[in-house]
Order: sequence, then structure tokens, then C-alpha cells
Amino acid sequence: MISVENLRKRYDGTVAVDDISFEVQTGEVLGFLGPNGAGKTTTMKIMTCYMPPTSGDVIINGRSVLEDSMEIRKSLGYLPEDSPLYTFLPVLEYLQFVAEMRGLQPPIRGKRIREMIEVCGLGDVLSRDIRELSRGYRQRVGLAQALVHDPDLIILDEPTSGLDPNQIAEIRTLIREFGKEKTLILSTHILPEVTATCDRVIIINRGGIVADGSPEELVGRMQGSQRLQIGFAAGSFDVSTAVPVIEALPGVSSVESTGVEGGVALLSLETGKESDLRLDLYRLAAGNEWPLVELHLEQGTLEDIFRELTVGDESVRRTGPASEREG
Amino acid sequence: MSTLNLTAIANSNITALYKKELKAYFNSPIAYVVMSVFLLMAGWFFANDLFLGGKASLRTFFEVGRLIFVFFIPAITMRLLAEERQSGSLQLLVTYPISDMEIVIAKWLAGVTLLAATLLFTSIYWFTIFLLGNPDEGAVIGGYLGLMLMGSAGCALGLFASSLSRNQIVAFVFAFAVLFTLFILDSVIVFLPAGIAGVLEYLSLGYHLDNLSRGVLDSRDLLYFLSLTVLGLAFAADRLADRKE
Ligand SMILES: Nc1ncnc2c1ncn2[C@@H]1O[C@H](COP(=O)(O)OP(=O)(O)O)[C@@H](O)[C@H]1O
Ligand SMILES: [Mg+2]
Repeated sequence: MISVENLRKRYDGTVAVDDISFEVQTGEVLGFLGPNGAGKTTTMKIMTCYMPPTSGDVIINGRSVLEDSMEIRKSLGYLPEDSPLYTFLPVLEYLQFVAEMRGLQPPIRGKRIREMIEVCGLGDVLSRDIRELSRGYRQRVGLAQALVHDPDLIILDEPTSGLDPNQIAEIRTLIREFGKEKTLILSTHILPEVTATCDRVIIINRGGIVADGSPEELVGRMQGSQRLQIGFAAGSFDVSTAVPVIEALPGVSSVESTGVEGGVALLSLETGKESDLRLDLYRLAAGNEWPLVELHLEQGTLEDIFRELTVGDESVRRTGPASEREG
Repeated sequence: MSTLNLTAIANSNITALYKKELKAYFNSPIAYVVMSVFLLMAGWFFANDLFLGGKASLRTFFEVGRLIFVFFIPAITMRLLAEERQSGSLQLLVTYPISDMEIVIAKWLAGVTLLAATLLFTSIYWFTIFLLGNPDEGAVIGGYLGLMLMGSAGCALGLFASSLSRNQIVAFVFAFAVLFTLFILDSVIVFLPAGIAGVLEYLSLGYHLDNLSRGVLDSRDLLYFLSLTVLGLAFAADRLADRKE
């Protein structure tokens, strides 16, 4: 089990991670979701004993990264962002290097390396220098590197970034496979990644946790907000005349003009979760003879949550579940 | 959960890193360039002595060897840590079960090995002298020992230089500046008062190398090179532990 306790990391000038706390249960597959610069990499670098936190601690299986880093490292496999491998080495020699570095002795060393080659599909490229490999293969070598010593915990930083769709699918298959047996934490700035691979999501933004739960739970937490998209033929109609009238409609909490697309002037409405205002809007438009051409109810999705929570303004923070989680 | 016994053999991590560094040297032109240039230059001075000067001795070779080392040591140590920082591979390396000091030692050993291998090739010269007459064996052994000790101290200082930033040029320049300063110290002391001159003389490479090349093994000379080595390694490990990126 992993317990991240009031973690803070300050670089000169910037606070990259600001008082983050969460727990990860053994066997969980956790997705760390957040935009670039949110503090994902920094948190992972602290968990992997790359650098110490400014304050706070990470406890992994009862050991602190501050006091027991050598022991923690042994049971942990890590793949940093952009897979910084020794690219001058052929694949097999690289895996031998890592296995030896991990303290694996023959004959277990050879056995584990063969298993990794098998699982990660590296059989065809064993004697190729890593620098000659495609990004997809390089990533597989990176995964083999992280798993060769059969660690309990695997930490993968943006494991599919920079890959093409086929490679992404392959790597996700591998991740799901590993996630069945191990505790796995991966970071990503793209949403489909977590829905494809994780049981649980922590959304982080500007160094803080803004949401934590299973993908389904997070969608369920979209209380108080539901979006309606309406469009008017833009030609002779000035949308701004409609905005105050719609705003006055009971149940509408905000109206936002989102521009003109293909001759359709779009408005985005935020309404209470329970009220379906579509019929009211139709009647309103008909009564005023507005050229209504589009009316669409958007169910709250994880995408919305992610977008809203990571904008960082106060109204969004209020609906965020961050404050619901303590210790 | 893990069925593997990870506690066996101590320091297989140092061996692993050491082998990786040697492979890195021989995977790039650097090892070949350093070795062949050293052999060519040393050979030229040796042949010069032999055929033009008419004396079969390694003295000039050892003296020139020092100066070549002042250039070559920074060249072979500059990449050791800076490159890992630059490429990002340091992010992985330091999360393996290996301490910062073990990393530094493995890399230092690789640098020293490269220098030792280079010196080993010069045994052709030594052999020639042996065939031609009566070599002063003490001087030969002392000369080689001096270069090796200088290599040891130089690699440690070069490693420290390489730990300072991700820039290999900075590492080269810094290491070169330090070694060159230590190298010329004993030639500037003639301008200085005796008290300071004594201190600077003790700090200079030349003073101790001269002692050794006379075939005299004195603990003060050993202590000098040993201190520089330990200091360089300790500073390098200290810089490596201070990770800001
Ligand atoms: N070495 C560093 N020095 C200074 N600031 C840094 C450093 N590394 C990261 N940061 C800053 O810390 C914040 C978090 O970065 P990071 O953890 O890399 O985020 P993420 O991985 O989520 O993109 C960013 O604002 C980034 O600019
Ligand atoms: Mg990152």
C-alpha cells in the first residue's frame, strides 16, 4: 500500500506540488490525470526516490522514501517520461544491464529477461541498438526495463505520449496486462488513457488534487451542472438579443456565447441537473420567432469534469470534490 | 510477493554500471581517439629520444604523458555524468538500487580503466628499452605509477566537473582548468616567496610526479593523489545527490 502524505515540492520560484495526499491500495491501477505542468512528473519523481520532497512523505509498504529509499527502489519499477534509455546499447545488452543493476543473479536473471522479451514482444529486435527502434518498440523496452525484477509497484510517466494510435493500443494492452497483478500508477494528460486502463483517477491541476474516484464516480459527481447547446441561424439574427431572455428562464444558471460555426450561432447553457429545459427553450424560440436550428443536451462526461476542473477558476473549484477528501 | 532473491551478491550494481560505461567508451570514437593519439604522441617523443637523442629512456615520454593527460582526462570524463543528465537517463539510473557514491565509483573506475588500457599499450616502448639496454626499472615503474595516480585523481576531479551541469563542454573546460592549474603550479612558484612557494609546490602535480619518476615511493606523494581522488569523488557524489531537475 502507498500513502502519499502532505507532499510538497518547490523548485526555485515555483511550487510544483502543493500539499498532495492520497492512498493507493495494493493491486489498484491508478491514473494520474492532469494538464502539462500540473505536477504529475514531480510527484512521480518523489515516489521513485529520484528527488526528495520539500516537505511531506511517501510511505510505500511501510517504508518512507526519506529514510528507506534503497529498499523502496528494489520493489519499484519506473519508466520516466520519454523513456530515457541507453540508446547506444542493443536491446538484449540493455536488459542485461538493467537486470544486473537490479541485482538479479543467474539463472533467474536469464529467465526473467527471457520472460520480458516474450511478454513485451522484443524477440525480433534483440540485437538492434535501441536508438534504431521505433518509438513503440522503444517504449516496450522501457516497460521491460521497469518490470524485469518483478516489482510490486510500477510507475509509468506518460507511457503512451508520442506514440501513434497502433502503438498506443499495444502499449495499453501491455499496461492492462501488468495491471492485473500489480499496483500500477500511470500519468497522462489525455483522458481516454485513464478510461482505457485505470480503475481509479486522480485529477491534478496546478499541484493540487481536484478530483479522486473511479471514472464512473467522477461522472456521478457532476451535480448541479448539465449543459445545453443551442444554435440559431446566424444570418439575419443577432444572438445577443436572445441571451438576456434565455438567462431569465427559470433553471438557467449561465449562458455563454460560444461563437459561430457553419452559419450557426451557438450558445452554451448551464442548467440544473434535474431540469430538462429543451421544451421550454423550443417554446421560447418559437414565441419570439428566433431561427432555432439546433438544440442538444450534453450529459456530463469525464471530459467535462476534466475540462472544468483544470481551468482553475473558483466556480469550478466549488463543484470539485477535492474538499471531500481528507487524509 | 516477489519470488526473487534480490539481496544476493553485493555491488553487482557497480559492476553493471562499470561495464555499461566501458561499452559506452568503445561505442563512441572517444576511446579509440584517446588511445591512438596518446600512443602516437608518446611514440613520437620516444622515437625522437631514441634515434635523434641517441638515448633509450622513457623520461621524455613520461613528461609529455603528463601534459597529454591534462587534455585527455577531461576529454574522457566530461561525458560521464553530464551526458546522463542531458539525455535524461539519470532519471532512471538514480532510481535503481545504487547509491550516488556507487554510481560515482563505477564511473570513475571506467575512466581509470581506459587510461590504464592506454598506458598498457605503451609497454611496447618499455619493452624496446628493455631490449636495448639497461633501463632504470625504478624510474619506469615510478613513471607509470605516477601517470596512473594522476589518472586516478584526474578522473575523480573530471567526474566532479561532469557532475556540475548537463553541459559536457563546461565539464571539459572546468576539469581542464583544474588540472592545468595543478600542472603549472610548480613552474610559477619561482616568482613567489618561499612560504607560499612551499605550499604551492606540494599542491602541484609536477612535484609529486617528479618524486615518483625518480623511483622513490613516498607516502606523502601517495597521500597527495589519494586525497585529490577522494575529494573529487566525494564532491561528485555530493553534486549528484543534489537533484533539481
Ligand atoms: N527542474 C525544474 N525546475 C523548475 N521548475 C520545474 C522543474 N520541473 C518542473 N518544474 C515546474 O513544476 C511544475 C510541475 O511540473 P511537472 O511535475 O513536470 O508537471 P507535469 O508532469 O504534470 O507536466 C511546472 O510548472 C514546471 O514548470
Ligand atoms: Mg510530466
